[in-house]
Amino acid sequence: MVTAQRRRRARRALSAAAAAVVALALAACTAGSTAVDPSPGPGGGVRTDVTVAVAAEPVNLDFTTTSGAAIPQLLMNNVYETLVKIDQDGAVVPLLATSWDVSEDRTRYTFHLREGVTFSDGSAFDAADVVASFDRVRTDWLNAIKGKMDVVARTEKVDDHTVRVTLDRPSNAWLANLGTSVGAIFPSDLDGVDLRTTAIGTGPYTILSVRPGDRIVLAGRPEYWGGPAPLTTITVRYLSDPTAAVNALRAGDVDMLFNAASGDQVRQLDALGTFQVVEGTSTGDVLLSFNNRVPPFDDVRVRRAFAYAVDRQAVMDTASAGYGTQVVAMVTPQDPYCEDLTGVYPFDPARARALLAEAGQQDLQVTFDVPNLAYATTAAELVASQLADVGVRVRIVTDEFPAVWLDKVFTRHDFQMSVIQHSEARDLLTVFSHDYYLGYDDSVVAPLAAAADAGSPQEYVDGMRRVARQIVDDAGGIVLYLAPTLIVADPALTGIQPNAVTESMDLTRLAWR
Amino acid sequence: MRTRVAWLVGQVAATLAVASVLVFLVLRVLPGDAAVVALGVNATPDALAQWRADHGTDRPLIAQYASWMGGLLRADFGTSFVTGRELTPLILDRVQVTLIIVGLGMLLALLVAVPLGTLAAVTHRSATGTLIAGASQVGVAVPNFLVGVLLVSFVAVRARWLPAGGWVPPAVDMAEFWRHVVLPSVALGTVQAAIITRYVRSAVLEVMREDFLRTARAAGHTRGSALVRHGLRNAGVPIVTVVGVQLAAMLVGAVVVERVFVVPGLGSLLVDAVQQRDLQAVQSMVMVLVVLVVAVNFVVDLLYTVLDPRLRVVGR
Repeated sequence: MVTAQRRRRARRALSAAAAAVVALALAACTAGSTAVDPSPGPGGGVRTDVTVAVAAEPVNLDFTTTSGAAIPQLLMNNVYETLVKIDQDGAVVPLLATSWDVSEDRTRYTFHLREGVTFSDGSAFDAADVVASFDRVRTDWLNAIKGKMDVVARTEKVDDHTVRVTLDRPSNAWLANLGTSVGAIFPSDLDGVDLRTTAIGTGPYTILSVRPGDRIVLAGRPEYWGGPAPLTTITVRYLSDPTAAVNALRAGDVDMLFNAASGDQVRQLDALGTFQVVEGTSTGDVLLSFNNRVPPFDDVRVRRAFAYAVDRQAVMDTASAGYGTQVVAMVTPQDPYCEDLTGVYPFDPARARALLAEAGQQDLQVTFDVPNLAYATTAAELVASQLADVGVRVRIVTDEFPAVWLDKVFTRHDFQMSVIQHSEARDLLTVFSHDYYLGYDDSVVAPLAAAADAGSPQEYVDGMRRVARQIVDDAGGIVLYLAPTLIVADPALTGIQPNAVTESMDLTRLAWR
Repeated sequence: MRTRVAWLVGQVAATLAVASVLVFLVLRVLPGDAAVVALGVNATPDALAQWRADHGTDRPLIAQYASWMGGLLRADFGTSFVTGRELTPLILDRVQVTLIIVGLGMLLALLVAVPLGTLAAVTHRSATGTLIAGASQVGVAVPNFLVGVLLVSFVAVRARWLPAGGWVPPAVDMAEFWRHVVLPSVALGTVQAAIITRYVRSAVLEVMREDFLRTARAAGHTRGSALVRHGLRNAGVPIVTVVGVQLAAMLVGAVVVERVFVVPGLGSLLVDAVQQRDLQAVQSMVMVLVVLVVAVNFVVDLLYTVLDPRLRVVGR
C-alpha cells in the first residue's frame, strides 16, 4: 500500500515534470527538448525475432476509415510515424520533425523535417507528404477522430524539409494530438493503395504478412532512418482468450504478453519468478457511467451518492487484481493537467445514504447494463453489492459486447448505468460532451475547455484542471480505476515501454539482451 | 440404385434450401447494428450510412437473401462486413483447417476404436472386455475441451514438448504443421474413440449372436475368421451410421477445440464473426457447415446401399 502510494506520488511528480517540459518547450517557441533516441542496431543477441501476444486483432489496417484501438495499437510508431511523439512521460518530443517554431500568436507552427527518411516503399519523405497527409484527414478520413485536426486552417510546404501549419486559433491540445494516429504521415501518392491491406510508413517496421484470426508479422527495416530496426521480425499473435495467451507464454510459443492476461493471471505468472512483469499506465479508464438524461441520474445528488457508495480501490483490487491506478477523473498521469482528485469522493456509505435521502430516493432500483467482458462483470458485481449496502437495488443486465452494448447503450442511450473501459488518450472532453452516450450537460465545461485550449500553456493546464474538477464535482460518471498496462515477458527482452501514453503499443526498442 | 441416389439428392437439395432460409432469418433477429460494430464508436454518421449502402444492409430482406443465394450458387460468399475481405478464400482456408483436424481426429478414433471395440466384444466376458467397456464409458463422459485443457497443461506448458496452440499450414512448414496439429486432433479424437469403441463393441456383439456366424463356424471357420469374413461387414451398417453422426458432431465440437488451441479454423472464425455481427460471414459459414453435415449423411446413406443390398429399394 505504502509503496503503491509512493509510486503514485512519483508518477504524479513525473507528470508534473512532463507538464513543465511541455510548457517550457512551447513557451520557448522551439522544441528544445531532448531528441528521441531510436533503438540502436542489433544488440548482438542470438535471436532477432520476437513473438508478442495481444488480445484484440485489427479488423484491417486502415485507421483512417475504421475506428477501434487495435489498428493504431499495432501500427503507430512501429509502422507509421508522426512529426512529434508523446514520450513515456507524456512530453511532446521530436520524431519526423527535428524541431518546430511557434509564432507569437501561437497559430503558426513551422516544422523542420528530418532529412534522409524513407517510406517502406522506398520513396523519400518530404514536406509534400506532410501536407498531403494533413489534408487527407479532412478529405478522406471517415473516423471521427479526424475532428482533432479541425483546428488546422492550412498546411503549406515552405521547402522540401519545412512545413508551415496555420491554425484557426491557438490550440494546446493540437500539438499533442499530432503524436497520435491523426498525425500519421503517409506517402503523398496513395493512388491505387488500399490502406485496409497495405501500410506504408516511415517507421522501423513494415507489415510482412497478415493471417486473419491468427497473426500479423512485422519485418524490421534495415534502412530505417534511426538505424536498422533492432529485430528482423516481430510476430504479433492475437490471442483473445487470456488462458490461451498464458499457456502460449508458458509453453514458450510467445515471448511477451502485452495486456493479454488478466490481473490474476499476471500475479500468478509473477509468482513463478521466471518472467519479468512490467506494469505501466494506460489510457484506459474503466468508467462507471450514468445516463445523465434519465431519472434518477438527472439528479446530481444521486450521482454523487453513487460516487460515495462505491469503494473504487476494492473494485480495482477485485477486477484487476490490484493492478492499476486510482483516478476519479478521466485524466491519466501523463496528461499535463493531471491532478489528484481521488479525495473528492472517499468511500463513505453513510454520506451516500444521506444524499439519497435528500434526493428522496430511499427505495431506489436501477438497471445496470454490463458488457460481457471479464473486468466489467467482475467490477459490476462488486459495485452492485456496495450499492445494495446503501439501500440501492441493482438489477444487472448482461449485454453481449460489442454488438448489443454498442447498439443499446452507446447508440440508443437505452440504459441507466453501465461500465466500460474508455481507451482513447485524452478523452475527457469527448466522453463528457453533450452528445456522447452519458448525456453529460457540458454547458459549464465546454466554454472552460475552449478557453483553456486557446490559452497559454499554463492557462491550458489550469483550465483543464478546472474542467476536470467540475466534471468530478458533477459526477457525470465515475472512473473506477485506470487500467494498467500489464506486460509479462521473457526476462531477456529489453526495450519494453510500459506506459501506453497514446493508443500505440510501441515495440520500436524491443530487443534481446 | 439410380432412383435411390436421385431420391437422396432431392432430399439434400430440399434440406439445403430450407436451412438457408432459416439461417438467413435467424441471424436477422439478432440484436445489434452491424454497421456500428464494424465501424466502432468513432464512426461518423456519414460513414455509417455509406457502410450500410456499401454492404446492402439497408435493402429489403428478400433482396438481401436473393443476392446472397445468387452468390452461393456461384460459390461466391461475398465480402466480409467487417474486414472488407473476400470471404470465399477465407472460408475455404478455414474449412480446410477444420477438416484436417476433424479428419485426423476421426482417423485416430477409428484406428483405436475398431480394434479395441472388436476386442472388447470378443472378450466381453473376460477382464479385458470389462476394462475396455469401463474405460470407454468414462471416455464418453469427458468433454472435448477438458481433454484439450489437460493436453495443453501437461504436454505443452509443463513438458514443453509441443506448442500450446496456433497453426502453421502444411504448405508453409510441414514439420511445424505436424507439431501444431497433433494436440487438437488428439483432443478431438480421444473422446470420439471412446464413443465409437462402445458402438463397435455392441455392433460386434450383436453380430456374434447372429445365426449366420454360427453357420460359418459350423462350416469350419474359427471364431476370429468367421467374424472377419462375415461379421464385420454386417456390423458395418451401425458403425457407419455412428461414424457419420459423430463426424457431424465433430464438426461442431471442433469449435471448442479450436478455441482451446487457438486454431484458426471455421469454428473460431464463426465465433468471431457472430460477435462482430458479420452476418455475411456467419450465414455463409453456417451454410458450409450445413453442407458438410448433409454431405456426410448423404455418403452414409450411399454406404448403406453398398454394405447392405437389402436397402437398395426406394423408400426403405
